[in-house]
Amino acid sequence: MSKLFKGKPTSRRAFLRGSVAAAAGVVTASAAQAGTPDPLITDVQPWATGLGDGVDASPYGLPIEYESDVVRRNVEWLTADTISSINFTPIHALDGTITPQGCAFERHHSGAIDLRKEDYRLMINGLVDRPLVFTYADLERFPRENHVYFCECAANTGMEWAGAQLNGAQFTHGMIHNMEYTGVPLRTLLEEAGLDVAGDLKDKWVYVEGADASSNGRSIPMGKALGDCLVAFKANGEALRKEHGYPVRLVVPGWEGNMWVKWIRRIEVTDGPVESREETSKYTDTLADGTSRKWTWVMDAKSVITSPSPQAPITHGKGPLVITGLAWSGHGAITRVDVSKDGGKTWETARLAKEGEAKALTRFYLDTTWDGEEMLLQSRAMDDTGYIQPTKAQLREVRGENSIYHNNCIQTWWVRPNGEAENVEVS
Amino acid sequence: MSRFLKFTLVAGITISATATAVWPGEYGLGREALPEEIAAWDVKIMPDGRGLPEGSGDVWTGDEVFAEHCAACHGDFAEGIGNWPKLAGGQGTLDHKDPLKTVGSYWPHLSTVWDYVNRSMPFGNAQSLTPDDVYAITAYILYSNNLVDDDFVLSHENFAEFEMPNADGFIVDDRAVTEYAIWHGEPCMENCKDSVEITMRAAVLDVTPDEEGTETEAAAPAEPEPVEAAAVEIAPEPASAPDPELVAAGEKVFRKCKACHQVGEGAKNRVGPQLNDVMGRAAGAVDGFKYSSALEGMAADGLVWDQENLAAFLANPRGFMKETRMAFAGLRSDEDIAAITAYLSTFGE
Repeated sequence: MSKLFKGKPTSRRAFLRGSVAAAAGVVTASAAQAGTPDPLITDVQPWATGLGDGVDASPYGLPIEYESDVVRRNVEWLTADTISSINFTPIHALDGTITPQGCAFERHHSGAIDLRKEDYRLMINGLVDRPLVFTYADLERFPRENHVYFCECAANTGMEWAGAQLNGAQFTHGMIHNMEYTGVPLRTLLEEAGLDVAGDLKDKWVYVEGADASSNGRSIPMGKALGDCLVAFKANGEALRKEHGYPVRLVVPGWEGNMWVKWIRRIEVTDGPVESREETSKYTDTLADGTSRKWTWVMDAKSVITSPSPQAPITHGKGPLVITGLAWSGHGAITRVDVSKDGGKTWETARLAKEGEAKALTRFYLDTTWDGEEMLLQSRAMDDTGYIQPTKAQLREVRGENSIYHNNCIQTWWVRPNGEAENVEVS
Repeated sequence: MSRFLKFTLVAGITISATATAVWPGEYGLGREALPEEIAAWDVKIMPDGRGLPEGSGDVWTGDEVFAEHCAACHGDFAEGIGNWPKLAGGQGTLDHKDPLKTVGSYWPHLSTVWDYVNRSMPFGNAQSLTPDDVYAITAYILYSNNLVDDDFVLSHENFAEFEMPNADGFIVDDRAVTEYAIWHGEPCMENCKDSVEITMRAAVLDVTPDEEGTETEAAAPAEPEPVEAAAVEIAPEPASAPDPELVAAGEKVFRKCKACHQVGEGAKNRVGPQLNDVMGRAAGAVDGFKYSSALEGMAADGLVWDQENLAAFLANPRGFMKETRMAFAGLRSDEDIAAITAYLSTFGE
């Protein structure tokens, strides 16, 4: 994260070449519409004559090859190594709100480990009446719940503090995913172990750690631990993926992704925070005067337009245009998203695909008509606490440019008359 | 049918085992954690030093242990190599444009250093250090930050006395007061500003990764196989082509090496040299990699990375090459060594 502004020599983006080709294709198709019969309709196509794949051609299906660009991507220069690194969800190419596990961003500290359910153990110890060990099978016997939550890395948009840097919604905002989790409330497990010996719970904490070599550990205040945290073993209906903590991870709704400990192996009730590496040297936010905020757990309300965006340019020319994006808040539900086409001078309220859900992604649409002129597209989220997503200037005024984490600023895409879009900052 | 019966039998045993461990909890699930188990997993150190095992380490021992286990990534003086974390320096820079956050300049608690080194380091060989090693490394990191003299000895007894320079540099999240109270209410919808100018463009910096890799894949999805076939043909003895299972096992073992060594197309020198075509290659022959003088000496004496030498080196790097810069402790199992040499043999130039 310290290597800001070091890059490769200039080269034209591949996806822009792609978009030009796509635009040419559209032009041809439009010409066909104008008079010449479309051979895709008038000629009998091979797929309408022969046979397709049988069932079982792919016992666990993957997306068709034409979607092979919808993948997680890494920004190599960000980290020393892919073992302790992060990649980005292709949010520019997705719609709806649920992130498929296979393209949901990954963040590892010592790599994604292989841990069989049979080898899985979860210990609860510390200030509990009975220190306990659970197997995976034990966890499946507790009453369980289903909830949809977003998981956002605290460093999402962190490369944009000092200026517009990465050219694509995937890279500026892709450290996020949104899944339906199945799991046991952390509260149920803590109560099973008994909290009488802990006494007054107000000043007690829960320390959670993973089974991987980094044994990433975080301290969570008891109030949150007894609130909505889930010990989850399924996501979007199926087992967690290895890269997301198979077989069991912690879900800490609305709070930074680093606390969602993967391969969770131990939960300890303590009389104070452990002040581990990930809650002191990392995931603390340095202000302009050199002091740093700690315990900045909640992810504030944020939104981004996913299309059009640099990786998803407009390829159809002027006329009807769907502007769409995502909004979310770690404090609660999204109540409203406004969109500006002129860099924040005027705003119109977008349509939410459905009512915002607490601590989950909300999809918004602005169904509009493009006049073919350039646009400076922005979105601005509001949540049910009345919070309004700030501009980058407002954030900088309070925090300076060295915070790394928790950058929830309004994003600007500069869309040009040819439909290409670029990440920019505006006055 | 017989498989199904076997499965239910096993499941039956599990149920009875669980049923014997009934706890007063609401569900009576799980079993009591044994003291040995808690001791094995609960190794966290609290900020006041609670949890520290008995032991001690001095700066000079730390210098040696650090050179052996840490310097490959963090540098001999904890200054950091490449993108790996810098552990020393940076004091007084936290309010600068590009602050350097190190143990000395930023970390508020010494317990965090001990705890993290003990449980998570060295990278790729975590939880292999003795308590005395960890005390020594911690002492050396303090020394590298000019926070102690070279005769300093850190132990469980004086640990809690040590105060980090930035201990008072943190405040608890104050966003509710400094931000939420301001960014609130009914937002502006019209005439919100007089003019809008573009002040910065991402394309000017141009640090976004190209997506050409995926385009190539999309254009030629079936290409990789012929390439592999060609590689096998080039091998001098096609009959002794490595066993695919062994190669697959070797790929897993190679994860221990990946932090420092690359193989395959486009492999580059990192902390260690790239390893394409390493089998049968003269030692110290990768262009652009700065080898240790130990390795250069043995290379001058004609060391070649054949099966035997590579196996001996991997089994005991320091035994084979005294003062090698490779911080890896070595592979304990012969199977792992056989697997990894098989895996490496699949990478040509």
